[in-house]
Amino acid sequence: MVRRIGISGNYAVAYAVKMADVDMIAAYPITPQTTIVEKLSEFVANGELDASYMNVESEHSAISACVGASLTGARVFTATSSQGLALMHEILFMASALRTPIVMANVNRALSAPLNIWNDHSDAMAQRDAGWIQLWVRSAQEAFDATVESFKIAEETRLPVMVNMDGFIVSHMYEPVELPDEEEIRKFIPSRPLENRVSTKRAHAVGVVGPPEYYYEMKYQAIDAIEESRPKIKEIDNEFNSRFGKSYSEIDAYGIEEADAALILMGSIFGSAKEVANALRRDGKNVGVISLRVFRPFPVQELRRAIEGIRAVGVVDRATSPGGSGNPLYNEVATALYDMPERPVIQGFVAGLGGRDIREDDFRLMYDATQKAAREGAGRCIYVGLRE
Amino acid sequence: MKCVKTTLKGWREIPEGGAITEPGSSVNFDVTAWRTSSPVIDQEKCTKCGMCFLYCPDSAIEIDETGNYRVNISYCKGCGICAKGCAPKAITMVKEGH
Repeated sequence: MVRRIGISGNYAVAYAVKMADVDMIAAYPITPQTTIVEKLSEFVANGELDASYMNVESEHSAISACVGASLTGARVFTATSSQGLALMHEILFMASALRTPIVMANVNRALSAPLNIWNDHSDAMAQRDAGWIQLWVRSAQEAFDATVESFKIAEETRLPVMVNMDGFIVSHMYEPVELPDEEEIRKFIPSRPLENRVSTKRAHAVGVVGPPEYYYEMKYQAIDAIEESRPKIKEIDNEFNSRFGKSYSEIDAYGIEEADAALILMGSIFGSAKEVANALRRDGKNVGVISLRVFRPFPVQELRRAIEGIRAVGVVDRATSPGGSGNPLYNEVATALYDMPERPVIQGFVAGLGGRDIREDDFRLMYDATQKAAREGAGRCIYVGLRE
Repeated sequence: MKCVKTTLKGWREIPEGGAITEPGSSVNFDVTAWRTSSPVIDQEKCTKCGMCFLYCPDSAIEIDETGNYRVNISYCKGCGICAKGCAPKAITMVKEGH
């Protein structure tokens, strides 16, 4: 029986992890992630979840412990934000190359300096090349569903998965969330022994030196794995849909039929962007919005199909790449669309850094500038709401 | 023991995550190219104390059927520890190509 309860995005993740029957959690608190691991410690202390709960001295240790435990075949989980994710940096690359199916919630928060605990996407964007699958959710329900799916995606691809959700906006917002029976979740993601794991029964060495004769081939395995994850993510979502009646595609397109301009963005601002698009459409402006749920592997084909016929797209980055030819999401979109026979013009925006609200007027400005780009061509990146 | 040179594996053949699943696989690894000089044992001076055998970090010193100490040149990196540790100075490091 499905229960409908009011919980925060962070608690939704904690419930998903409990229902996934993880074996080990390595945790170090950091705002705004803390209440995920706090809730999980409660579940373990209450005996509701039979897992080893490891308090570590840093996020570097948390992810290292997860890699080690995952190599033995344990189902593991950790959560972090911002500086914590940055501190994990070097181990993130090992987690993917050693093919450890770790699931991590990353509650998106700006990187210092200046110190800031609020929401933007700079933490995850700085880790985009680490070889992790990255999912981006927009509500507490999506946070729950994506976390459940992530355990299956991770174990079937033997790749780590990062579930990203906007700090405070999703993590601390209480919303009604539908929780299926724990038994049903466990049928969807049964615990099963993984092959090629470290064991006392036989010789098996991992984390070995990869000299020039071998590094390239070893690295390529993880590159191939994330490419091969594309159909698996779809299949797993189909199975999730057949069991729980909810489906998530790589991208969500809203109001783009006959649109001449569309915004492309990630995370919880999708809701506001849809509201403003509706208002503009009532005024006769043909605008739409596309939200990416999967950032790695980047949904190139899905995006190309969605924007067909659109004359201009505006890419909303909530992170920067100072000195770069564009900001992270802009660069991905521009590369994905570049060799289309009739590609749209692409206008870049930066908005909502360090928790700055992106208000209705900001969205109107971005839609207008994108429509203008359709007529006159794109200009330089617009830093929305920046005071001179 | 003779070093077996193996052909380099492609990415599809390497166990997932670069794991090594067979014990003792270092015997397949020839380090000849690493060396700039190699140890030569003067069997006249050798007292068969076995210090070179113990010191060698790569187990490249072997004892043959006559009880003499020999260098398995496939595993010798040319570090010279055996020569340094040889009390009767029976081991000389000779530059490669000379």
